[in-house]
Amino acid sequence: MSTIEIIALVLGVLTIASALMVVLSMHPVRSVLYLIVTFFLISANYIMLNAQFLAIVNIVVYAGAIMVLFLFVLMLLNLSKDNEPRASSWMKLGASLAAGTLIIVLVAALKDAALLPGVEAVSGNTQGLVENLGQLLFTKYVLPFEVSSVLFIAAMVGAVLLSKKEKQIID
Amino acid sequence: MSIEQLLPLVLLLPLIGGLINGVLGKRIPKVVAGSIATLAVALSFILSLTIFFQLDQAVEVNLFTMISFQDLTLNARLLADNLSIWMALIITGIGSLIHLFSMGYMSHDEGYRKFFTYLNLFIFSMLILVLGSNYFMLFFGWEGVGICSYLLIGFHYADEQKGFLNGMAARKAFIMNRVGDLGLLIGLFLLLNQFGTLEYAEIAAIATAEDFVRPEWMLFGITMCLFIGATGKSAQIPLFTWLPDAMAGPTPVSALIHAATMVTAGIFLTVRSNYLFEMAPATKDIMLYVGLATSVVAAFIALRQNDIKKVLAYSTVSQLGLLFVALGLGAYTAAMFHVTTHAFFKALLFLGSGSVIHAMSDEQDIRKMGGLKKFIPTTHLTFLIGTLAITGFPLLSGFFSKDEILGYAFADNVILYIVLMISVLMTAIYMFRLYFLTFHGEFRGTEEQRSHLHESPASMTIPLVVLAILSVLGGLLNLPGLFFHGPAHYMTHLFEHNVAGMNLIHTEHLPANTIMMLMVIAVISCLAVLVVSYNVYVKKQSLPKSDDQLVGWEKLSANKLYFDEIYNALFVKPIEWLSEKGYRFFEVVFLNGIVFGVAKGFETAGELVKKWESGRVNWYVLWMVFGIVGFIIYFLVKI
Amino acid sequence: MVLATMLESGVSLEFYVILATILFTIGVLGVLIRKNAIIILMSVELMLNAVNLLMVAFSTYHGAGDAQVFVFFIMVVAAAEATVGLSILVLLYRNRKTVDVGVFNKLKG
Repeated sequence: MSTIEIIALVLGVLTIASALMVVLSMHPVRSVLYLIVTFFLISANYIMLNAQFLAIVNIVVYAGAIMVLFLFVLMLLNLSKDNEPRASSWMKLGASLAAGTLIIVLVAALKDAALLPGVEAVSGNTQGLVENLGQLLFTKYVLPFEVSSVLFIAAMVGAVLLSKKEKQIID
Repeated sequence: MSIEQLLPLVLLLPLIGGLINGVLGKRIPKVVAGSIATLAVALSFILSLTIFFQLDQAVEVNLFTMISFQDLTLNARLLADNLSIWMALIITGIGSLIHLFSMGYMSHDEGYRKFFTYLNLFIFSMLILVLGSNYFMLFFGWEGVGICSYLLIGFHYADEQKGFLNGMAARKAFIMNRVGDLGLLIGLFLLLNQFGTLEYAEIAAIATAEDFVRPEWMLFGITMCLFIGATGKSAQIPLFTWLPDAMAGPTPVSALIHAATMVTAGIFLTVRSNYLFEMAPATKDIMLYVGLATSVVAAFIALRQNDIKKVLAYSTVSQLGLLFVALGLGAYTAAMFHVTTHAFFKALLFLGSGSVIHAMSDEQDIRKMGGLKKFIPTTHLTFLIGTLAITGFPLLSGFFSKDEILGYAFADNVILYIVLMISVLMTAIYMFRLYFLTFHGEFRGTEEQRSHLHESPASMTIPLVVLAILSVLGGLLNLPGLFFHGPAHYMTHLFEHNVAGMNLIHTEHLPANTIMMLMVIAVISCLAVLVVSYNVYVKKQSLPKSDDQLVGWEKLSANKLYFDEIYNALFVKPIEWLSEKGYRFFEVVFLNGIVFGVAKGFETAGELVKKWESGRVNWYVLWMVFGIVGFIIYFLVKI
Repeated sequence: MVLATMLESGVSLEFYVILATILFTIGVLGVLIRKNAIIILMSVELMLNAVNLLMVAFSTYHGAGDAQVFVFFIMVVAAAEATVGLSILVLLYRNRKTVDVGVFNKLKG
């Protein structure tokens, strides 16, 4: 196996391991931290796939902003390992069953996807570079780009409104 | 106005009167309501009279066609021949007198207008019965009078003391009539099967034709079914126990329905179908014996009854038995003659008893009456005339009509004549007993009743007087050809003239000597009973015993030969038991089980499904994941 | 700077398919098993990232950049959703003093 392959394999295993730790860890703060690690590893995968812009954006937006938000809320709630709610065993059984079947089915559904004819890999894996992505973004997909700003405003307004303390109505 | 125009009017006037009273009754004063009803029937009578005098050949008036199939055509068509117009005259004539009587009798009643509505509707139904030109109209009227009889018998259903009993009596009358009606209906089906039509004229034409091949069994079946219908309506054994119970209704109802008109519907049916019965001698024999038995049994029961109306009721049953004997002998005209005279004097007797009851403040037990002749003279006189007529006092109407029937009986079989004479004697005995106990002797009622004794108002006494006159003169209608040949046999000629089948009936004429002998025997027996009764009840002042002192035959008589009890055990109790069991099984177990079972099933299913809504988000997502997996598998398998 | 393509070095697309599927399933597992609302939200982010990874892989192997633009938009939406989701969570906490989703079962029955 070539170097690339080995790196890819190791990265994959690490990603899976850290994702598992996110889900299985009993301490919420540790879950958050493991998730940040997972995001970094996924960015590494992006770099392997030459999606440079997305790799950076992934780190900046996800690991940098969203995870920080999660951590803030976590601190606000002051949760610890003791009052962590646990699921019933029936649930765990059912969940494992569901997850198992999901993997099998999804893999079965998608395994032939690679055999799609038509599109040949262009020489030079250049579409992930910033210029090319930017080109695409501002010509073909400019409308969704603009509309997404509206989405952000809506999200902001919503978040602010929801979090305001309500005045007591009951006298 | 021609007959075609008058005939529907005769029918419609009572209906209009009934509708006016039914719809507007509450808003018009009582006198107006009663007058409208009486006038409607009286006008019908006048119109019928006009038609009668104009009538030569039978006239048919087609109103409309009810059903017109390939094989079946039913018309609403009226027939005016002497028989139907004669019956219409009786119905409307006596009916209008009774309406007049009711204006006085029911004047204190709350349901005054309702009463007159029902009475008019009854007259209307009865007129449909007699004026129809086919068996279907007859059946329609038959059912109509059954309904009106039910409504009128149970008129005081809300009375505190007797309301329940009134309702039960009405129900009993209706159910017993229904049993007979089933026979009539089957007879109608058989008629339709045999002749293909229900019109009198067409059936008569087919049946009396020279080349008509007689289907013996079918004719027997048809006539038996018609006779069963007549048994129900005209109170013969075994369907007669409703008539005494029907006395629970107001007295004018008893007079109209159960003396003069409805109970004669069976006789009318038989006379109308005379050509059919003539071809089924077996049925005629059965009719004869049933009528004979009824006549004797009812007369026996009447001997020891103490309610003035019950005596008259059993008397009616007995006279109807006599009529069926006449029909069984083929003496159709004699039967119609007796129907006419019986209508006169029985209505008179019932109305008279109504007047007595009215004077006695609603007391009906003759043991509490007595010596009333001083207090209510007009009623007394008319009641006396009625009693004399029914017992066959010489030269009154009853004498002639009974004598004719007795003549036919003697000509047939002497033993039959003797048994019939026994019944006639018993009639005389109980009628004179009734008369003497009520009007002679000392007054046996309470002081309260004595102080209220008064003669009835004119509206009640006028009909009594009119009927009394008719009871006296009624014999002129069909005199025997013994003394005068001119006006004799008026009715016989009348019916032979244009009623289908009547001119084909040949009866033997007895020699004049035999007729004289029979007349003498009848006169002697009547006068003998009169003298003996006078001795017993007036001279010796013998009073009826109280209930616990009765012995032997008296007890049987007073208890109506236990007919009601037997019927109760034989029919009523088993049916009630059956319906109870049926209710238990079908209703409770079966239907309730199914209906509630279905509901319970849904409920249980709902409970099961409810468990899914656990409120736990994780579970919802779990099922969602399973669902998605299912979808993907489905599409994988398809592709 | 162009790095070597994955195709030339022999890492097939199936590898990334399986990786993304496993990551997605782990996310689903997280939603199913955990009862802490914050962890559930984080599992949703994990699922979204798995999808992103898959789309980028497809984009590389088919040479079209459209999928990467789409990934961009997915991130936009994920950010907005995380924001609003967390504020709702805060409200829930204020209401019941807990973030255990088992407590919020008023829709039961």
